[in-house]
Amino acid sequence: MTNVAVHLEAQQPSLQTHAHDAIAAPAAHEKGQQHPIKLYLVVWGWLFVLSACSYLVDYFGLHGYLRWSLILLFMMLKAGLIVAVFMHMAWERLALVYAILLPPVLVLVFVAIMVFESDYTHLIRVLFFASPT
Amino acid sequence: MAETVLTNPGKSPAQTAGWKGIAADWSSDQRAFKNVSWGKAMMWIFLLSDTFIFSCFLLSYMTARMSTTVPWPNPSEVFALTIGGHHIPLILIAIMTFVLISSSGTMAMAVNFGYRRDRVKTAVLMLVTAALGATFVGMQAFEWTKLIMEGVRPWENPWGAPQFGASFFMITGFHGTHVTFGVIFLIAIARKVWRGDFDVARRGFFTSRKGHYEIVEIMGLYWHFVDLVWVFIFAFFYLW
Repeated sequence: MTNVAVHLEAQQPSLQTHAHDAIAAPAAHEKGQQHPIKLYLVVWGWLFVLSACSYLVDYFGLHGYLRWSLILLFMMLKAGLIVAVFMHMAWERLALVYAILLPPVLVLVFVAIMVFESDYTHLIRVLFFASPT
Repeated sequence: MAETVLTNPGKSPAQTAGWKGIAADWSSDQRAFKNVSWGKAMMWIFLLSDTFIFSCFLLSYMTARMSTTVPWPNPSEVFALTIGGHHIPLILIAIMTFVLISSSGTMAMAVNFGYRRDRVKTAVLMLVTAALGATFVGMQAFEWTKLIMEGVRPWENPWGAPQFGASFFMITGFHGTHVTFGVIFLIAIARKVWRGDFDVARRGFFTSRKGHYEIVEIMGLYWHFVDLVWVFIFAFFYLW
């Protein structure tokens, strides 16, 4: 733990009065999330490539399960890169990671419920509204 | 990559691996997020609630699209543009996607330079991010105008299922609002960074509290989230 941040302001109420002198002195707080720039550039590049790929899925007019699986694959890869690297989730403690990432997974239950519901609605509509009279 | 980064001081006991560590953190006294400041934790929790809001929008769109007996308009053709005599499908949305991803990249760099206490680079990168975000909103306004001129309304459209308009305006409108607010806050925080507020611990106008460069990262979380939501909208609404 070399990068322990040290907040000084609690002990230094006079800091504010010497505000302009303090610019030169590098305050010793907040090292925070320090990662090499190259990592961000690489992830950025990948996001461009993945976006281009998902656009090409539409451009070439792929259809059916191939289209849907490719869209979902590129979507999940992009979302994963953004959350893990850009939002620094890869370096957070697990207590936060699970608290934030698990609840959205439960949305899938909601998805399943609504899939059943809309299938039922669709069936009813086909039976009663869309029949040629 | 295995080690977590300490962003907040105070008691931050060593982390036990895996589920034992999670249980230890959550069952401990006073605070569950040991190394995360309250500002960052609150932003994450806000983003979680926002996730549910956007999930509900996308779910209602899914329900409408699955249950309608009228064919859904083909987004590939609805959002096509004719540029220089060429008819290119979905091109505007593709450009918007690249603009938003670029803004996410500049934001990530801004966060990085913020923690290096490089005041000027941080502010400039944040302003570039804001400019890209404003470009995105501008293109969205163009897209809305085009569709409204073509007769798309929340209750009808010329191509198929009437729910198309309602879903489109609700989802992209809510996302565009998020981008707009993001731009406003980016400019506000870039100004603080530029002025050196976080170097001299100047007190905030509203809160009378001293800011830190961590606010750049918290702002970044919001901005990346907006980009993240667009990833899902792009996949489910435009490509599906």
